Amino acid sequence: MSKDIKIKKGLTIRLKGEADKTLSNAPRSRTFAVNPSNFHLITPKMVVKEGAKILAGDTIFYSKSKEEIKFVSPVSGTLTTIARGAKRVITQITIEADSQDSFKDFGSVNPETIEANALKEHLLASGCWPFIKQRPYDVIANPDVSPKAIFVSAYATAPLAADYDYTLKGKEKFLQAALTALGKLTSGQVHVSVGSEAKSPFSDLQGINLHRVSGPHPAGNVGTQIAKIDPVNKGETVWTVSPQDLVIIGELLLTGKFNAERIVALAGSPVKTPKYYRTKIGAEVSTFLYDAGLDEENVRVINGNVLTGNKISPKGFLGYYSDAITVIPEGDDYELFGWNKPVFNKISPSRAMTFSWMFPKKKYDLDTNTNGEHRAFVVTGNYEEVFPLDIYPLQILKACMVQDLDAMEALGMYEVAPEDFALTEFICVSKQPHQEIIRNGLDLMYKEIG
Amino acid sequence: MGLKQNLHKLKEKYKGTKMAPAFNAIHTFLYLPNETTHSGGHVRAADDLKRTMNTVIMALVPCLIFGMFNAGYQYHLALGDIQAVSSGFFSSEFWNWDNLVIGLWKVLPLVIVSYGVGLAVEFIFAMIKGHEVEEGYLVTGMLVPLIVPIDIPLWMLTIAVIFGVVIGKEVFGGTGMNILNPALTIRAFLFFAYPTWMSGDKVWVHGAVERVGQPDAISGETILGSLAQSNPAGYDWLDMFYGFIPGSVGETSTLLILLGALFLIYSKIGSWRIMVSAVVGALIMGFIFNSVVDAGIITETSKFYGLMSTEFWQHLIIGGLAFGIVYMATDPVTASQTNKGKWIYGFLIGFISVLIRVFNPAYPEGVMLAILLMNVFAPTIDHYVIQGNIKKRMKRLKVKTA
Repeated sequence: MSKDIKIKKGLTIRLKGEADKTLSNAPRSRTFAVNPSNFHLITPKMVVKEGAKILAGDTIFYSKSKEEIKFVSPVSGTLTTIARGAKRVITQITIEADSQDSFKDFGSVNPETIEANALKEHLLASGCWPFIKQRPYDVIANPDVSPKAIFVSAYATAPLAADYDYTLKGKEKFLQAALTALGKLTSGQVHVSVGSEAKSPFSDLQGINLHRVSGPHPAGNVGTQIAKIDPVNKGETVWTVSPQDLVIIGELLLTGKFNAERIVALAGSPVKTPKYYRTKIGAEVSTFLYDAGLDEENVRVINGNVLTGNKISPKGFLGYYSDAITVIPEGDDYELFGWNKPVFNKISPSRAMTFSWMFPKKKYDLDTNTNGEHRAFVVTGNYEEVFPLDIYPLQILKACMVQDLDAMEALGMYEVAPEDFALTEFICVSKQPHQEIIRNGLDLMYKEIG
Repeated sequence: MGLKQNLHKLKEKYKGTKMAPAFNAIHTFLYLPNETTHSGGHVRAADDLKRTMNTVIMALVPCLIFGMFNAGYQYHLALGDIQAVSSGFFSSEFWNWDNLVIGLWKVLPLVIVSYGVGLAVEFIFAMIKGHEVEEGYLVTGMLVPLIVPIDIPLWMLTIAVIFGVVIGKEVFGGTGMNILNPALTIRAFLFFAYPTWMSGDKVWVHGAVERVGQPDAISGETILGSLAQSNPAGYDWLDMFYGFIPGSVGETSTLLILLGALFLIYSKIGSWRIMVSAVVGALIMGFIFNSVVDAGIITETSKFYGLMSTEFWQHLIIGGLAFGIVYMATDPVTASQTNKGKWIYGFLIGFISVLIRVFNPAYPEGVMLAILLMNVFAPTIDHYVIQGNIKKRMKRLKVKTA
């Protein structure tokens, strides 16, 4: 069964420096790092000590609150440092990699025949569980709760995001294995959304409910698709998995190896030759960043895309969930009369002496400047133009700010994730941090209602 | 380069002090700040609050300039120095230097006092509370001179502005938090604190007040005032549309207000929903009154006859209705915040404006009270609109569990 989803509200942000569809192998990174901050609300408990030898797939820590959720090493090597920050919080675990990976063997299983419970154990033990996220709260899925459906978005509309049709080419076998297996863990269906025109590796897979999505960003956000297909109600849970993580899960099931390979899009206007690189989770970004070359010095390197990613230093490491590294110029400079002169080189949803509406196909070179200072909410009605969910964005943000749990629940907090508010944040005239407000609201709900 | 670097150094020097908001407020008028994104998305759209407010001010400038000419024109016309306009909107009787000089002398002090006093209050509050100076007053400060009578004493305006900004806005927490439109709060304060001044028929033309009782006395009455007393309006509808009539400084020219409205809608700053529904509301109410008159229920002896029998569409071009709808009903902070709510909110503003106008002969300008009334009810309207969304979600849950 296939259904078409058409999104009307939204805004596609076209940026310069799209990754060219050529694939290079990134040089083998000398060190790898796992950053527990990638796993929201997880407090890590270490199981290996500094100096220990580990294989790719060996557990390095588990979640303090849910001990069966284990996190494994993407490579084999020696665990060199466990860096700690304030209050002894573990900030980074660094592994010095062997020149060749040796894998821990988890044993191959047949995804067609494996029992649901055995499968769950298998995924938890092999460190594949963290790839499954849940809504509400947008955190790593709780293994005790059975979801009503599983959603995979294989359609990327975020600016400069990796094109799934390209990065997943030839991985159909692994995708099929992962989806068949995951389908056993839900009472409902597995929904996969693909772009309406492109030929997707998902189109011929069995046992899934395929949807064809079209429209501007955030059409490709899994949250938008959940809202259109089967919205989350109070007391319900859905799981979401990103396509490249499905490949890792599928490969683990079929071969028994935790192969943390990623095809990463390196994009952005300061990159000389933006293209795709084959590397591994946790690899040093610099291994391929300087291979592609940078035109400027004063840049921001982002793990992920410009709307939802997080800032890292050029010496940083590829995030656990990232499939893109985006580089944009820093905007830490003043602009004479920037607030009233006509603007041609920036994107604007309005026409207040801003002319991006005249060039809908133009690609822009945006920097990190906020183009204004933080203010109270003043303008109304503009968020709705780019927010396709049946939720009042301004009201839910205000409910989060005043920590009104009843209002948050009533207005649809169970349905949203911070990334759904990336566009309202982008166009916000008052420059309010929407994603942070929503994240704090979700954390509060998780703590109080959970 | 030099100026930019020096200002940057000064900014760093004042960082964290009481003076910082005041310095930054001026600095950011010169330079877009060097703020970069810290959380969430790494890029932001080009619009900020300054640009938004600036767009509204640009839409107001034609009204201000016209108001200056009109001030002089009404003065000279009342004295009998010049002939009434004869050749359409660009008549030379109107657009001349003599008219402008009077206007500049009378209107510029209003603008300066409004901005000077209002911004001073904003700066003081920003420094006390340690937040940045918000741009809300930029529009208010421009609206105030346009909605007061030309001959208002400056001390009166000063007191009203202080009252309006402190009680109307700062006590609620500043820009974005206020319940009532600050410009209208100022206007309402003037009206209720100095009623003999504000509601008379002498304040609308420069020079009328000081000549009261003298042999060369002139009338300064507005069309609404005449109509409320069941006198004929005395003006051609085109004159009213162009704005060659007495009235508050900036409210008279419906033509320029219409252009301003189109600019605001086109730039996506003003809410077209509010404007359209308010116009519809006013027309419907006017039409109902016309029908009542046509049915013979109200006759010429009634004191409501004058305004009730005014043709329904003419309500839009006399008095401050058009100005109020375009520039003040659309204030996003005090209007309804949901799109559905905006339709209801706008419609009721238009509807109630004409209602008050007809039934309140003491002060026949209903739009101010109508907007203030709807400002108070806007959160209620939003509440019910949002309840609709909440109920839909509840229903979905029940269907699932059933």
